Amino acid sequence: MSAATLKRGLQALREEIDAPVASFFSSCMHCGLCAEACLFYTETGNPEYTPIHKLEPMRRLWQQEFTLLGRLQSLLGLSKPVTDAELEAWQPLVYDSCSLCGRCSMVCPVGNDVAYMIRKMREGMSASGNAPEGIMGATTRAVKIGSPMGVRFPAVQAQARHVKNDTGIDIPVDVEGAEYLMLMSSMEIINFPEYMESVARIFKQAGKTWTISSTAFEATNSGIQLGNSDIAKELVQRVVDAAEKLKVKTVISPECGHAYTAIRWEGPNLIGKPFSFEVKHIVEVLDEFRTAGLLKTEGLEEARLTFHDPCQLVRRGGVIEPPRNLLKMVSQNFVEMEDNGKMNWCCGAGGGVSANEDAAELRLTAFKRKKVQLESLHVDTLVTACANCRMQLEEGLEVNQMDMPVVGLTEMLAEHLVETPDDEASDDKIKIPAGD
Amino acid sequence: MNEVNFLLWVRGIGFDIALAIFVFGIMLRFMEILWLGRKPELAAVRGNGVASGMRTVFSRFLPADSNTLKRSLFMVVAGYGFHIGLFVVIFLFAPHAELIESVTGLSWPTLPSPIVDFFTVLTMLALMALLWRRLTHPVLRFLSTGEDYLMLLLTFLPVLTGYMAFHHLFLSYGWMLGLHILSVELLLIVIPFTKLIHMFTLFMARWYSGFMAGQKGVQS
Repeated sequence: MSAATLKRGLQALREEIDAPVASFFSSCMHCGLCAEACLFYTETGNPEYTPIHKLEPMRRLWQQEFTLLGRLQSLLGLSKPVTDAELEAWQPLVYDSCSLCGRCSMVCPVGNDVAYMIRKMREGMSASGNAPEGIMGATTRAVKIGSPMGVRFPAVQAQARHVKNDTGIDIPVDVEGAEYLMLMSSMEIINFPEYMESVARIFKQAGKTWTISSTAFEATNSGIQLGNSDIAKELVQRVVDAAEKLKVKTVISPECGHAYTAIRWEGPNLIGKPFSFEVKHIVEVLDEFRTAGLLKTEGLEEARLTFHDPCQLVRRGGVIEPPRNLLKMVSQNFVEMEDNGKMNWCCGAGGGVSANEDAAELRLTAFKRKKVQLESLHVDTLVTACANCRMQLEEGLEVNQMDMPVVGLTEMLAEHLVETPDDEASDDKIKIPAGD
Repeated sequence: MNEVNFLLWVRGIGFDIALAIFVFGIMLRFMEILWLGRKPELAAVRGNGVASGMRTVFSRFLPADSNTLKRSLFMVVAGYGFHIGLFVVIFLFAPHAELIESVTGLSWPTLPSPIVDFFTVLTMLALMALLWRRLTHPVLRFLSTGEDYLMLLLTFLPVLTGYMAFHHLFLSYGWMLGLHILSVELLLIVIPFTKLIHMFTLFMARWYSGFMAGQKGVQS
């Protein structure tokens, strides 16, 4: 990677400007509605966090170079060029105060997809050396070590051993011909080991073959959060190589929102060709098991619980019903929060915000929106399907002295699995990895 | 220049120049946008982008959700008031419809003058409300540029001069009508090169948004 300069940053921005971007900038009336949809504005009252304002340097570049009037103004010396200092000043707006949740994109009266443009703006920020250190560090670790949190494969193996000890189930590694390739997020490996165990038990009951890959276990794509398509592509390619080598039919994105967007939607576009396999979020797969009658559960959660929609599932991924279908299977007091589904408020920590130390205070301020949503519901338990959301929710609840467990949906389902008598003894349905 | 010459100029050569710039400008802006193109979607799509794009083109005429509506009620009400008022004033006022018919051959029923008069006042009040909001709301004051205020003024002038000409206020009817037409010409000239182009490009913006969302199975 060559050194980051303003020149490279501006060039990256130019390459990102396409017809949708031009139509969006052309149409903005400065009505301010996007601010009302953004929790970074609503919870701080700071007008600088107005979503469309976060794109101002990119808008000026477009105006100056991609419109006739702007080019004339530039020729006459009437326009103010975008400077490095300006991009630096925009760093807190483009990274700290945006989780790419896309809520603003849903309310814009002229139809501007603001989140689509912030994603692009980050390419220019990163290429000009104006990305936050936290996300750059995470990205460097992802490239060099294999995971943004510095998790190496032995840590995954250690967890696999715990699962084996606790349940007797072998975690399949590098099994060629398995139906599913299971990705994990570092958050899950480090903080939520119950995820791997839950998946192992559910897939065993469903009789489905799956595997993890020793070369591509990480689902998080820091390259996208940073705004560096070259790195993002490299990280996607790892998964593609593993999936093709193992000849899986489906790659499963774990309980993580942005990881899903990264591999499901950006992935093929980053590597420049369609995938030869399908990509599904774990809740989509589990809902398919449910429909096929492969998911047998017993008992219902009695606690009053609600579901926090990860932004990338509902607004950027189209996964709204599957988690609800699954929740209703194992609970009797499921209530929806206000603005649920595609308009649900973001947790405040996605899209690289949680990896960015500069945003640590701001993201907890943004959590106040979730607090208000939760307080009006009087629920006992909060369920979600994103490890990153879950970390933020747990921290936010703790800071606000709200005593409420946050549970991953997969884990909740696994707790209600019907145990068959031979579960303890037999590993027939799970392929034992060769040489492990 | 006397009254008659002024009127002749704004109705003749002045109007032709404005219309030419307006039409050329819009075509230029559309080309500037479209030539940029976009990359094909390589991910396995969930749904038909076309149906979703069409839906979003229309659905964004309505507020997206009740929460945002509540939070932005002033802008929504004033915005609707202005746009509906302006639509009625432009297209449902008999003399305007006659002008359009003489140019394009298209005709439609119009509203009685007193009703159009009511909408004229509504439009002006809504524009003033929008100006007030822009000056007082923290987000709008922060976002607003000189262009935003200038466009409010340039949109206000044709409505005001039309109202004054109709009611024979201030100047003679001929002079006021001439000023009215001149202010419309000014507006026609700036539309393609300012944010007022949104009246055309918003359909593209909504289309792209809805199309991309639809491919992902999201109803936007």
